[in-house]
Amino acid sequence: MPFIPHTQADIQAMLAALDVHAIDDLFDEIPASLRADIDPAPTPGLKEMEIARLMRERARLNRPLLCFAGGGAYEHHIPAAVWTVAGRGEFYSAYTPYQAEASQGTLQTLYEYQSMMAGLTGMEVANASLYDAASGLAEAVLMAVRANRESQSRRVLVPRSLPPVYRAVLASIVQAQALELIELPYDPATGCTDLAGLDAHAAGDIAAVVIPQPNGFGGLEPVDALTDWAKSHRALAVALVNPTALGLLKPPGEWGAAGADIACGNGQPLGIPLAGGGPYFGFLCCRKALVHSMPGRLVGRTMDLDGKPGFTLTLQAREQHIRRGRATSNICTNQGLMVTAATIYLALLGPEGLKQVALACHHQTRALLATLTGIAGVERVFAGPCFHEAVYRTPLPAATVLEGLAERGILGGVDLSGAYPELGAAILTCATELRTEADIAAYAEALRAVLAD
Amino acid sequence: MSHFPDDLKYANTHEWAKLEDGDTVRVGISDFAQSELGDVVFVELPVVGRKVKAGEAVAVVESVKAASDIFSPVSGEIVATNPALADTPETLNEDAYAAWLFVVQADATAELDQLLSAAAYQEAVEPG
Repeated sequence: MPFIPHTQADIQAMLAALDVHAIDDLFDEIPASLRADIDPAPTPGLKEMEIARLMRERARLNRPLLCFAGGGAYEHHIPAAVWTVAGRGEFYSAYTPYQAEASQGTLQTLYEYQSMMAGLTGMEVANASLYDAASGLAEAVLMAVRANRESQSRRVLVPRSLPPVYRAVLASIVQAQALELIELPYDPATGCTDLAGLDAHAAGDIAAVVIPQPNGFGGLEPVDALTDWAKSHRALAVALVNPTALGLLKPPGEWGAAGADIACGNGQPLGIPLAGGGPYFGFLCCRKALVHSMPGRLVGRTMDLDGKPGFTLTLQAREQHIRRGRATSNICTNQGLMVTAATIYLALLGPEGLKQVALACHHQTRALLATLTGIAGVERVFAGPCFHEAVYRTPLPAATVLEGLAERGILGGVDLSGAYPELGAAILTCATELRTEADIAAYAEALRAVLAD
Repeated sequence: MSHFPDDLKYANTHEWAKLEDGDTVRVGISDFAQSELGDVVFVELPVVGRKVKAGEAVAVVESVKAASDIFSPVSGEIVATNPALADTPETLNEDAYAAWLFVVQADATAELDQLLSAAAYQEAVEPG
């Protein structure tokens, strides 16, 4: 196939096949309010100097906001060494460097990453990363259904407290494979999964239970009870965890009497910048007994003929290039460069450093909550412990509050009112270790001003 | 040189089958199959109680860089699987006829007549 751009005739043929009239029709899903109609559009044939100047002008239109938004991706301090090292040409430029077993340095890095993630989650095995956390959760659920040989069903319990974006991706990936996702209600007082809601499924054959910790409201779920319920009902327990929070919280491998079976989550907090939404990476860990059902690449350590340690991709017989239609997964992407950064981040911080970051996040979030709920009309929606996120409500619509805050330089949080209409004007807010007392005071001042308008 | 015990029947997909007391059939992979696969690292066995049809894929044998489906040579119900293979899959390489995979309670043992004799199977895989 020659590498030639599409002709107008090619484009018309493709549009006709899709039954749309113009390329712009393909972008209908994006709300008009999010589209950048910048006038004038760049003219074709600009010189390098001209386009550089234009881009600088356009970049100035971005207003830097003080970030109090979480909801799955978190702004943390990234030590300068992380991307200075990860950005070296050896790591930065190679395409899938782990496939060539000559790349011992990259393979060793991935092996060390796997070892650290297994330690952090309290699980026996970690893979070398997946595309992102939501696809990782979908893979974890598919894996649980595949691995649970005591269950004849393809039914999976998914808490409503799982963030909506995770539920949406999970549904779109696994429902095509005939899995049934059953929603577990949350207790309106705490925002955490209502254990009484499990009773309805006690007699049913459930293959897996998803357990988010912290959950989509920032709350801490009764993970021990949920894990034990799963075990006693022959379901596998799938943990979705925040890696920073694991600096403080009990790792999924120690939940309940026997521990979770699979743990997954977003690796972004470990040294990956927010960068407008990606690239991030997903991590996936499990008990050793389940390793043959695990998707993704695994790096193993072995000994060569001379007795020297060496690193190699292992368990490849489960992969697409060998098992094709019956591979454990057909999502090929892993995120080697992001994982390289995360490995350096974790190595620099160490367990004590990660704990300090987690403590600082928790401390600042409590300070933020105390300050915001001190404002007349602001109330916390759920009682109970949280890690570094919580939900609050004001008398104004959430979108109005967030727009008003943005005008004052504050990215105040995530509007939950669309996904959880039962909560009213609810906003999920977050403070990481980067938010100072002055930042929190600025948030409070802006919120007072918005509510007074 | 692989060996081919005379008291077994063989599928052209490289399983061996041995008729035992009445209508139960013990199944494994041939010595030729294990030598072609190389070092076996994992065996995925069926669940006891599963109903299978002759020619249906019911197990998987993984070597270092290949995964091969294992087909049931007869129709019936899986009544036993070899638990030792979970921890010691390498015994398949050591003695493919001792390291059986599963036992089928056959619906009709006459299906075994469709399989190859030791001589015919040897001729198929090691012609001449």
